[in-house]
Amino acid sequence: MKQLKLGKLVLPLYSLIALVYLLIPIVYTIVFSFNNSEGRTNTTWQGFTLDKWLHVCDRPGICEAVGNSLFIGIISTLVSTVLGTAIAIALVRYRFKARSLVSLSLFLPMATPEVVMGAGLASLFFNAGVGYGYTTIILAHVMFCLSFVVVTVKARVQTLDPVLEEAGRDLYASPTAVFWKITFPLLLPGIVSAALLAFALSFDDFIITYFNAGPVNTFPLLIYIAAAKGVPAEANVIASAVFLLAILTVIGTQIGSSIRHKRLMAIK
Amino acid sequence: MAFAGFSGTAKVQGAPAKSSRIVLALLLPGMLYLAMFFMIPLVSLLITSLETPAASGAYGAYDYALDFSSYQRVVTSYFPQIMRSFGYAFLATVFALVIAYPLAYFIGVRLRSRPLIQKLTLTLVTAPFFISFLLRTIAWKQILSDDSPTLNFLRSIHLLAPDQYFLGTPFAVVWGLTYNFIPFMVLPLYGVLERLDLRLIEAAGDLYASPVSVFRRITLPLTMPGIISGTLLTFIPITGDYVNASRDFLGSSSTSMIGNMVEADFLQNSDYPAASALSAVLMAVILLIVVFYVKRTGTEDLL
Amino acid sequence: MKEFVPAGADLELRGIRKEFPGFTAIEDLDLHIPAGEFFALLGPSGCGKTTTLRIIAGLEEPTRGQVLIGGQDVTYTKPHERPVNTVFQSYALFPHMTILENVAFGLRQRKIADPLGKARDALNLVELGYAAERRPQQLSGGQQQRVALARALVNRPSLLLLDEPLGALDLKLRRQMQIELKAIQMEVGLTFLHVTHDQEEAMDMADTVAVMNKGRIEQMGAPEALYERPKTAFVAKFLGQSNIFVGEIAEQSANSLSINVAGNKISVPTARAEKTSGKIAIGVRPEKAEFHREQPAASAERNILGPGTIKDIRFTGVSNQYLIEIPNIGDIIVFAQNVGISPVIELGEKVWVSFKIEHAFGLADLPAGDED
Repeated sequence: MKQLKLGKLVLPLYSLIALVYLLIPIVYTIVFSFNNSEGRTNTTWQGFTLDKWLHVCDRPGICEAVGNSLFIGIISTLVSTVLGTAIAIALVRYRFKARSLVSLSLFLPMATPEVVMGAGLASLFFNAGVGYGYTTIILAHVMFCLSFVVVTVKARVQTLDPVLEEAGRDLYASPTAVFWKITFPLLLPGIVSAALLAFALSFDDFIITYFNAGPVNTFPLLIYIAAAKGVPAEANVIASAVFLLAILTVIGTQIGSSIRHKRLMAIK
Repeated sequence: MAFAGFSGTAKVQGAPAKSSRIVLALLLPGMLYLAMFFMIPLVSLLITSLETPAASGAYGAYDYALDFSSYQRVVTSYFPQIMRSFGYAFLATVFALVIAYPLAYFIGVRLRSRPLIQKLTLTLVTAPFFISFLLRTIAWKQILSDDSPTLNFLRSIHLLAPDQYFLGTPFAVVWGLTYNFIPFMVLPLYGVLERLDLRLIEAAGDLYASPVSVFRRITLPLTMPGIISGTLLTFIPITGDYVNASRDFLGSSSTSMIGNMVEADFLQNSDYPAASALSAVLMAVILLIVVFYVKRTGTEDLL
Repeated sequence: MKEFVPAGADLELRGIRKEFPGFTAIEDLDLHIPAGEFFALLGPSGCGKTTTLRIIAGLEEPTRGQVLIGGQDVTYTKPHERPVNTVFQSYALFPHMTILENVAFGLRQRKIADPLGKARDALNLVELGYAAERRPQQLSGGQQQRVALARALVNRPSLLLLDEPLGALDLKLRRQMQIELKAIQMEVGLTFLHVTHDQEEAMDMADTVAVMNKGRIEQMGAPEALYERPKTAFVAKFLGQSNIFVGEIAEQSANSLSINVAGNKISVPTARAEKTSGKIAIGVRPEKAEFHREQPAASAERNILGPGTIKDIRFTGVSNQYLIEIPNIGDIIVFAQNVGISPVIELGEKVWVSFKIEHAFGLADLPAGDED
């Protein structure tokens, strides 16, 4: 019996260690956003300060880069979510001959290394005479976000019982009404998940953006270029802020829906 | 394929001819986009890889040709990088799998009775995604830099020789790669483990199987799709990574990978044919792996 | 939006055929259901009854044939334009809406005035007015089923289709819902088409039952007519149980036909025989048969078989079911009402079986395995 108890502890303990390991760099980054560092070197601890948080835009270029990343992220998210949702619905709900080809074509971008995609797009734009800048970055981002949106929405569409839409048609709803009143509201959580994923991918993308950015500076580009000489603490501030915002939103949503679910199930 | 309506619970259905217009409308924009911005760039890479230095002799200018010399050049001079990329990728994938599997098992199987904790823990595992990929690599760079408290501590307890260091070694690069791609491995594994029917494990135990036997003959085969999926999603991107191996991060010039060479040739040396040829070689190997995988398991489970 | 007929309409299916890639679900279907009738479509899984329902609802299109509702050809009309509503087997309640909104959905789509008020009335009809603001997930199976019914009924459709709606309910609840459904149908005067594989349910609730098998209707009529005089071997065995005897016609007169089975003469009135030449099958219901410890005297009114032995006895409370083995004939089932104190006989005892000739029925076909 004692052996069993000890055995049961191994896995949770291991998982705890693994989680701590995963979180170390995150904690480090957040901690060092409060470092009272001089200039661009943020490698040794020099005291706690809220300065960098309060005056983050004082560091030249940072807020502009973040602004660019946000702008690019929002547009890329919108386009890739719309295109991807359409494909996901088609894949799950309809039978068509090119199915395998479509699945494969969507899988390949996820399996292609970013260097290849970055270089490829860069050469395409170069040969087409399109100047590098916001447009090329957005075109590139939409491309690699598309597959991830499809995967996410597809999972949600698969949970949608087609009989619900049939019931809608049976109850006098035209195909358009069925989509907006039944399909779309039920798909919305999946679509929102996909959009958040797309935004996260776009915001944090470095390699593909690096090849296609031209004069535009995004937040990851700024960090990479600064890495050689020293990444300023303000970068940590931005990254920490984004992280905390994201993780608190996700955790908040999960706790919220759990509470709502429990409340719903309590009344029977 | 399930046939619509017969049992009243069809999963895929649709009256054929009329909805093909709808299918087209749904698929076409996205697929055209992919064709333009994924397929064509790959073709463009191929074309560029076959170009030859311009007759004009201008720096960075090339003419269309069927010049295979770039391929010859990259395969010979970049052979170490190619080997290294696949070597590091293999190691990092194996480590990631070994680390991720028990973690995914814990979350997907043991935490089933507490769905909220399960979701929160999974969120924590994917937390690295929410913070900049570059910054987390830099964090390791600083935590494990030559003069860091961590390394000094390891030296003081004699786990490291006084002059041994971490950064710039293959070990550091693999460490970084493993770390960055663990979430990619955990998620597919979690996907299959979460759906694992525990009654099968109970049944095996009821039939006198030891825990090791149960794992080897029931759990492992049943979770194989997740293992393969996670392996693909980890191995392939790693082969093309160059941030971890870069000098500014965890690597040095002796740990450069394919990605570093592509970047150097494309953005610094303007040697577009070489960069494209190297990319094409990498892509070819990856396509081989994907084709092999698809032939064995089909395309339905790809996405 | 056009107003639908306040009372039920009649339904007519002409020559319906439905082919799917690889097999044919419906071979050739003709059906007429008069307005205001409670009609049951009965059959085993895979017989095509759900497909028929979907064609009537407009969720499938037939390969050939016509669908007419109230005299209008609606074969190619879209489901949302047909005066038909369906109660789905899985209820199909919209999880993201309250019960009230679920019920009001159809009314809103048709832009009918005061949708919420009418929805409330419908919910009160099924005694769920108090649950109006809840979500479907918060209701039990039986409650969800009633909401699904209310959601369909509130639209006063000309034709209400019910796809095995009581399948997921436990016995007691099912009995209760059967009574309620029948009451509602009679009160509102709608035409109900109830699809089920439960023969007791079909016989209990319906005015007319159609037994369907392999894409065809084998027999259609009032429940009693179907039960007391099945015309095909499938109906005889699907609806209740039957003893079936097969043989060449040995004697034939104006009133009756006889076959000879292992030395026993089995007769059926000519008026109750579907086939009158060659090899025929004659059947009788187990509750119409009796067993005797002594060989009964020959009689012009009864068929007598035996001797045989009691092979199995099953006690079901209300009755005893006896399995009697007669050499060269096979097993015969006899149901006897439990009028005494069980058991009345032991296993292995020697008995004769008899039944009234007028209770026998002659089938149009032979049971599978007995064909020439």
